Amino acid sequence: MSLKSVASTEARLAAPVVAVHKRRWIGKNFDSFLVLLPSFIAIVVFVYVFIGITLYVSLSNWRTLKPDLSIREPLLQTYADLFAAPRFQSDLRNTVVFTILFIGLSVLVGLGLAILIDHNLKQAMIPLFRNVYLFPYALSFVVTGVVWRWLFNPETGVNLFFNIFGINSLLNKLGYAPLKPGWITDPSVVLQVNGLLAKVIPGAGDISIKLGVPLALIPVALAASWQLSGFVMATYLGGMATISDEVREAALVDGATEWQVYRRIVIPMLRPVTVSVLVILLHVSLKIFDLVFTMTGVGPGFATDMPAIFVFETMFRATRYNLAAAAAVVMLIVAALIVIPYLVRSLRSEEQ
Amino acid sequence: MASQAAATISPLSSHKPSKKRFPWFSMAVLMLALIFFLLPVYVMVVNGLKDAQHVSLSTMWNLPETLGTGGFEGAWKQLSPNLLNSLLMVVPATVLSSVLGSINGYFLSKWKFRGSDALFTIILFGFFIPYQVILLPLVQFMQTIGLYGSIAGLILVHVVYGIPVTTLIFRNFYAGVANELIEAAVVDGGNKYQIFVQIMFPLALPAFVVVGIFQFTNIWNDFIFGVTIVPNPAAQPITIALNNLSGNFSVDWNVVMAGAVLAALPTAAVYVFLSRYFVRGLLAGSVKG
Repeated sequence: MSLKSVASTEARLAAPVVAVHKRRWIGKNFDSFLVLLPSFIAIVVFVYVFIGITLYVSLSNWRTLKPDLSIREPLLQTYADLFAAPRFQSDLRNTVVFTILFIGLSVLVGLGLAILIDHNLKQAMIPLFRNVYLFPYALSFVVTGVVWRWLFNPETGVNLFFNIFGINSLLNKLGYAPLKPGWITDPSVVLQVNGLLAKVIPGAGDISIKLGVPLALIPVALAASWQLSGFVMATYLGGMATISDEVREAALVDGATEWQVYRRIVIPMLRPVTVSVLVILLHVSLKIFDLVFTMTGVGPGFATDMPAIFVFETMFRATRYNLAAAAAVVMLIVAALIVIPYLVRSLRSEEQ
Repeated sequence: MASQAAATISPLSSHKPSKKRFPWFSMAVLMLALIFFLLPVYVMVVNGLKDAQHVSLSTMWNLPETLGTGGFEGAWKQLSPNLLNSLLMVVPATVLSSVLGSINGYFLSKWKFRGSDALFTIILFGFFIPYQVILLPLVQFMQTIGLYGSIAGLILVHVVYGIPVTTLIFRNFYAGVANELIEAAVVDGGNKYQIFVQIMFPLALPAFVVVGIFQFTNIWNDFIFGVTIVPNPAAQPITIALNNLSGNFSVDWNVVMAGAVLAALPTAAVYVFLSRYFVRGLLAGSVKG
């Protein structure tokens, strides 16, 4: 009762003040909007209008060099064609496999190095190690692709280690053939789950491609992790620097081991960092283009093809514009499903 | 004041008490990781330095047998025009997008208007789209305005698609500058434009370094825009030229490796000399700021 009356008195007092303040506030800063207008218009055109055009093309009959902007009947036929195409099915499989390998490796290595650095190195030593681990992040994916392509060429690179370290001469003595994996030239797909899926999901038996782990994708995931695990490490180190030593020392005094301090206190406190890292890596892997394009291209039997490469080649080489546009729209939808909740969350927590 | 403002970009400065010990196992892992991260760099440099007679797939890990320019002479001959193209693209694009970002960030954080946060969100979303979804209209648009196939076209594209992230980083930076500073300047009779030019712009120098490095690296390393907007090899940036060189089987392998070093050198140099700011930009670019 009394609380209510206090609240309403406050509301009555506050209301006119807010109104006056608000009106003056809009009027006063309308010119801020005008300053932002050129950037805003550029983004509206280059992002939103362009996305609208691509969406329209994906629904159209434009299948050759000659533009044909009539709407295709039935409306979503191009999308049906897309998902029925074995190449695009391979791309979806590759994206899932690559994402799991790449994010798993990058987070494992990145977080592991961050903990080792944080725990073992003196403050003065940290930048040296951090800067070497992070160095690949400054390079172009094209440079990485060009170099790693040779590292995983079966005739050279890592395969030479089997000779250098005597593994092959040992195998030879024991009567076995020397080790010589095909790496990026190997078309095989292991751990196939087609049979399993056909039993569980009705209709999955119709999938024409091999669902499993394409071996050629593993070197590509390794190269990508080489480039980005330093980023993961630097982000975690930045987060660890904000956790006060008092928190950790209190836990140590309470009898926790140093490993428990990380597992129970530091890593849980870094949850927001983990979310950022996962969203960024997920976003990188969904869009991945340059690295794969230069390192392996589409790979043997589309073993390393990716949606981004599919769009590029279907659009500018095969000139099947509606099909390429449909694949691009699918990429956008998947990216938006990941990024929009993250953006909304970030901006909300900022307001609080 | 400047240092206080800079600190809001990222809390890198930490205060650890002295570390307890150096367990040999952890150090061994850290050292092995150092080798792992440097191995591809070693391959690139060492094989780039070998001459055409001595470069062979079976001796990739060996040091060069002769001292000389190796593949660098050939790589320079092939790639120096593209290196220049990249430079002519990256410098104006970085400067323009940084200046635009600083203006946008200032007005979006210090002189908010109704809907300014919504407008910021609309702009920011542009940072996250897969560029495949805009390539076709972009190519047509560039052809229409006559910038298709030119460095100027690439500059325009990088400036526009750079707006979201530069605005984000500067908005976070200016949000950390005390409002009292602006209030004091207003009392002294300054308007928001004077305050920007005379106080905020100079104050934002650290943020300019961060954004500048971020954009320089991103634009230099770009592949997708260069390869779609500039089909003419003579006008292409170095990343695209390097990819063409690498796919050309008549080119010697040492030349490709030397070319990779050339393409990596500018961003690597920026990284080595300004790594502190590089790390800040990386943390600022991960949205949360």
